[in-house]
Amino acid sequence: MEIIEKVISKNGLLFAFLLVGIIMFLSSLVAKHVFRNKIPGVAIAIFTGLFLATFGGKKGLSDIPLFSGLALLGGSMLRDFTVVATAMGADLNKIKQAGLAGMVALLVGIFVTFFMGVAIAYAMGYTDAVSLATIGAGACTYIVGPVTGSAIGASSDVIAISIAAGVIKTIFVTIVTPLIAPSIQLDNPHSAVVFGGLIGTTSGVAAGLAATDPKLVPYGALTATFYTGLGCLLCPSVLYFFLKAIV
Amino acid sequence: MTIYGVALLAFCFLVGKLMGTLLGVLLGVNGDVGGVGFAMVLLMSINLYLKDKNWVKGESKQGILFWSKMYLPVIVAMAATQNVNAAMSGGSIAIIVGIVATAVCFLLVPIIAKIGKK
Repeated sequence: MEIIEKVISKNGLLFAFLLVGIIMFLSSLVAKHVFRNKIPGVAIAIFTGLFLATFGGKKGLSDIPLFSGLALLGGSMLRDFTVVATAMGADLNKIKQAGLAGMVALLVGIFVTFFMGVAIAYAMGYTDAVSLATIGAGACTYIVGPVTGSAIGASSDVIAISIAAGVIKTIFVTIVTPLIAPSIQLDNPHSAVVFGGLIGTTSGVAAGLAATDPKLVPYGALTATFYTGLGCLLCPSVLYFFLKAIV
Repeated sequence: MTIYGVALLAFCFLVGKLMGTLLGVLLGVNGDVGGVGFAMVLLMSINLYLKDKNWVKGESKQGILFWSKMYLPVIVAMAATQNVNAAMSGGSIAIIVGIVATAVCFLLVPIIAKIGKK
């Protein structure tokens, strides 16, 4: 047993390939025989991944030494690398056509999400501009929240809430996107560009679109990649000052 | 050669990340703004250019297509490495903010998608 563990921990990435392969195979079987392909196998695999993550800690299942290879396979380097590779199947003309809508979606997405977060935090008892802005920023993504919080001097428990809100968003987007896609007409590249800009969490957008229709992934990822950076720019500056002026 | 495709992909990725990081510096944000997006546009443009010259052939292309197919397993691994426990223990405010603010944006998709649509 000890020898097995030693071999696996020395070859973590390869064990992660095997593990994910097994998860995806079993998920496709469940999708076919239990759900009669009504729910895509990928969605079930992603959901299984989220469930397995509850057995770990800060970095999910990869906190357990045996599964540490998952952190490399599912880390931001390989995520972004494979997302860029999907551009091979994307149509540049469709992106040009959706460019303006994508930019509008980015700005509207950040503004609406920030102020929705602020409104909910205010309704739940927070009244100072610093806490409100930090929680509003956390509603954008789990990176915008802590970046904004530390920039304007929020307390650590408020920053923790902002991170949690961002992670909840990612999980929510991952699970709900394939279910809601037909009702919001998310079935073409143009809508996917807008969706990426409005939602913005790269992980959530990528996972949600993958479970909906893998062909849409590059279009959503293209705009989503600007969201966190823009959020980090706008939330601790313009949006925070605006908030400070009104509360 | 398969590696040519992988190398081209890595080139686009690194140049894109570099541009994103530089844009981040220009905007005063400590991070990458749109790096993946720049990399994707670069890859699409190079692909288009090489296609005209008939340079991207068989095996080289496979080097890129392989990684684009590895995208799904990477997402599954990513899901398994999320801090799900912290998200659940962030209290009701985190859950409500995360879900309600996002749900509103979902509803805006068909409205904003009308812009520029033929």
